[in-house]
Amino acid sequence: MIRHEPGTPNKKLETGLMFKRKHYIALALVTVTILVILNLPSRTAARLKTAIGSIFLPLFGLASSTHRVLDKAGDAITTRSELLRQNEALRLENQQLRMQALQAQEAVRENERLRRLVGWQQQKRWNLKLARVVLRDPANWWRTVQIDRGTKDGMRVDLPVLTTNGLVGRISAVSYDRSQVVLIGDPNCKVAAQIVNSSGDMGVIGSSGPFDGSLVEMTHLSKNAALQPGQDVITSGLGGIFPEGIPIGKVVDFRQVEYGLYTEARVKLAADLSALDEVWVLFK
Amino acid sequence: MNLLNSILVLLAVFLAVFWETAFSGIRNVFGAQIHLLPALMVCAALSTGLATTTLASVLGGLFFDSLSANPLGVSVLPLFLVGFAIHTQRELILRDQIFAQFVLGLSASGLVPILTALLILTKGEPPLLGWGSLWQWIVVTVGGGIATPICFQLLGMFDRMLNFQAATQTSFRHDREIRRGRK
Repeated sequence: MIRHEPGTPNKKLETGLMFKRKHYIALALVTVTILVILNLPSRTAARLKTAIGSIFLPLFGLASSTHRVLDKAGDAITTRSELLRQNEALRLENQQLRMQALQAQEAVRENERLRRLVGWQQQKRWNLKLARVVLRDPANWWRTVQIDRGTKDGMRVDLPVLTTNGLVGRISAVSYDRSQVVLIGDPNCKVAAQIVNSSGDMGVIGSSGPFDGSLVEMTHLSKNAALQPGQDVITSGLGGIFPEGIPIGKVVDFRQVEYGLYTEARVKLAADLSALDEVWVLFK
Repeated sequence: MNLLNSILVLLAVFLAVFWETAFSGIRNVFGAQIHLLPALMVCAALSTGLATTTLASVLGGLFFDSLSANPLGVSVLPLFLVGFAIHTQRELILRDQIFAQFVLGLSASGLVPILTALLILTKGEPPLLGWGSLWQWIVVTVGGGIATPICFQLLGMFDRMLNFQAATQTSFRHDREIRRGRK
């Protein structure tokens, strides 16, 4: 009778087989799980994503309170003379803005009166809601952020998001208390835009480079477009997502493409997308 | 390898994903966010069992994708493959050497984004890629390489703090008894 001592070749072979079997099982399990998850219907995948993401909610609350505490600590060490200087600058700015608001109110009244006379439809006023940016996309190949407003605050997909400087993007996914905002420059955020010049050239704002998110491409401009560096770019209102007239940025340069059939321009965004803290969601 | 070690690795995975989304200081300076999960996969593959390595890759990938615009589950397979490959060769790796940890972290951090990008492209959702992505890849790879020995040190420190320590062997040996005096 042959006895196998521990450590003899047969025992080693058995252990090796078990080792390999365990590895194969793990590999198969993970592959099958991932294939199932990747082929889930988009609605189910979105719900699953929201459910998994909600595990992080307590930490985001903690992070925002930490930011607030740090901000307050920063305020506490600001000198009195600095505060007085800031106060004076803000008082002057406030006066200027009040004057501009008075002029704008008068212009709005005149606009409404003229529209009534001509019989055009009245323009709806913008309804804005403030939201705080709670996180940025961890992947380097997407440009998205998440804000602390969800369906409980009336958020829905495709609502425009902006700052006081200009357009930021649109809401691409909504959960109960969070929303994902896809920023301008992301491949999934195209904006119908117009150049503020004599011919009002129209184009589409597409994706940016992966490195510099402040410069975006404006494509589909006609070959005869009267472009000049420094011209303002605003939303054209076409496409139905973004209302007309929201500032996007300024033309930096332009070039002919497709053997001179079209013109492409590079646009410097008005809003600083790398330092987003608070944004406004626009309800149409 | 014990339960506490596994819990530490999984907790580190959770916190790493949160850090990547909530703090963007490195992104603002270098133009790319560092990916800590490949570094943690190296730690998991070398210091825990296959079950923990698998669990870390699945949970880490799902956590990452849930807070990103990635299709859900796309990050799991690259992380798992890296962890799996290292785990199968763990007996041949000098896991306590900082240079070995750095090289493994560098390789893992370089490989995971490429595999993930390929999977996303296969899924038909073109991400934002261009020449600038090369710089981002270098930042992610080098950052991951540097982060790996740090992760090893931190996990080791917490393990020493929270775990029972192995009893040290006495220096006294019975077979080397010194006999004094003359017979």
